[in-house]
Amino acid sequence: MIYIICGHYGSGKTEIAINLALSLDNATIIDLDIVNPYFRTADAKEKLESSNVRVITPQFANTNIDMPTVPAEVFSALTGEGNIIFDVGGDDAGAIALGQYNRFIKEKKYEVQFVINACRPMTENADDTIKLMREIEAASRLKVTKLINNTNLKSETTKEIISDGQDLVNKVSDATGIPIGAVSGKKELLDTIKTDFPKLPLELHLDFPWERGV
Amino acid sequence: MDKVLMKGNEAIAEAAIRANCRHFFGYPITPQTEISAYMAKRMSKVGGTFLQAESEVAAINMVYGAAGAGVRVMTSSSSPGISLKMEGLSYIAGADLPCVIVNIVRAGPGLGGIQPAQSDYFQAVKGGGHGDYRMIVIAPSSIQETVDCTIDAFDLADKYRMPVMLMGDGMLGQMMEPVSFPEVKTDHLPKKDWATTGTKMKRKANIINSLYIHPEELEEVILKREEKYNTIYETEVKYHTEGLENADVVLVAYGTTARIAKAAIALAKQNGIKAGLIRPITLWPFPTDIIAKTAPNVKCMISVEMSTGQMVEDIRLAVNGVCPVHFYGRTGGAVPTPTAIFEQIRRYA
Repeated sequence: MIYIICGHYGSGKTEIAINLALSLDNATIIDLDIVNPYFRTADAKEKLESSNVRVITPQFANTNIDMPTVPAEVFSALTGEGNIIFDVGGDDAGAIALGQYNRFIKEKKYEVQFVINACRPMTENADDTIKLMREIEAASRLKVTKLINNTNLKSETTKEIISDGQDLVNKVSDATGIPIGAVSGKKELLDTIKTDFPKLPLELHLDFPWERGV
Repeated sequence: MDKVLMKGNEAIAEAAIRANCRHFFGYPITPQTEISAYMAKRMSKVGGTFLQAESEVAAINMVYGAAGAGVRVMTSSSSPGISLKMEGLSYIAGADLPCVIVNIVRAGPGLGGIQPAQSDYFQAVKGGGHGDYRMIVIAPSSIQETVDCTIDAFDLADKYRMPVMLMGDGMLGQMMEPVSFPEVKTDHLPKKDWATTGTKMKRKANIINSLYIHPEELEEVILKREEKYNTIYETEVKYHTEGLENADVVLVAYGTTARIAKAAIALAKQNGIKAGLIRPITLWPFPTDIIAKTAPNVKCMISVEMSTGQMVEDIRLAVNGVCPVHFYGRTGGAVPTPTAIFEQIRRYA
């Protein structure tokens, strides 16, 4: 199975991709972010590899050079067995990197998860969110198959904020006919929420420098 | 929603728009490109002008022109790009024009690297460009503060008719935190009757210029500007302190490094060591007085920077030998950890 995680910059794609990879057997996570210089899948490489997740990152991820190359190993992963998780860069600019794998992806079972954080300024209403989603679809030549409500204000997230986000995601779903795959967030918060949709509890892996050890 | 989740770079761009900046000239460079990208999307929606110039040199000279016409204008770049802008910046200072320059600092010298750094401190506060000039340099340490400081930067630029730099390290540009945007008021600011907006044959022409034919004439202009700088040093210093009472060791740090220093101070507290923090918000004017006032009461101060030691020189000038001033830094794009800073506190406590 191939899971493609896409969305607006800062919607929480990487955290969702990392959590998904850690929850699946025989998983390979592919850092396909050609846009963002910091806060990448590569930050969680150690944790992922120690949990037997194969990690494919651009050769120069988290180095001092800005070289948005896509790793050649992606092809080998796509022709092999197991679960593949694509952590795609933000917006259409990031999704364009998916295009070259289109024919490989379409040969397999796949889902395209569009992550929505209603607290992000450019996806605060349904029209803007749908427009952005269509741009990502055009750039990747893939259709979104699931919506994920990942509405959050980081440490200031409340259940009301998640619920406001759900209203937006419902509108997007109603207008496009795309089903809602999950509501994601920190476990403690999700436990306080009533929802008809599956809950996707997240453990966060991308931290600030002041949260780090030696 | 009252609050939104934003990257530092996006927050700077949005804050500038809220502060009525309607002209942005830039050139992309990591790790600040989101400022340009955000401006490209937003400016047209608010009736402003976004222009990706052909180079950093072109961008700063477009800023020079727009500032001369009296509009609120901004440019942004990261370290190597800021070096390129230095000539234009000196001209802007020499022509007494207000503008905001953002530097989201990366590792240097030369091409350096795209990871965060604070090694442009000297360049920002000691000149960078040529001539007797100063620039107000503001260094926020959270995304909310970045918003507030961007708005302040435009006000200070207009109030004193001078370039103001907002300086953040790459981490601050790239990281995300919740922010809200305050209402912006500009009616307290002086009228821009000096701007070149066309005389309509009703007044004498205004001239934007930094060339003065006679040395005495230029000297007079520079000395008058120096008086303005002195006023700024007396009235516009901004800093934040924590736990200075009874502290044995005081850390001095700004930007992201101050956040990490706070975590180190918490570690020290757990280990029974009293440490405090002085966090300069304005790097120029530098918070000399609070540092001088604190020095007699402590065992030592430690400057923590993402550089090989730049701000430490200003701390030593402020302390003037009253207590030892140590330095701890990481450079080249490496970021200090709370534990490593704590080790320094323990070493000198």
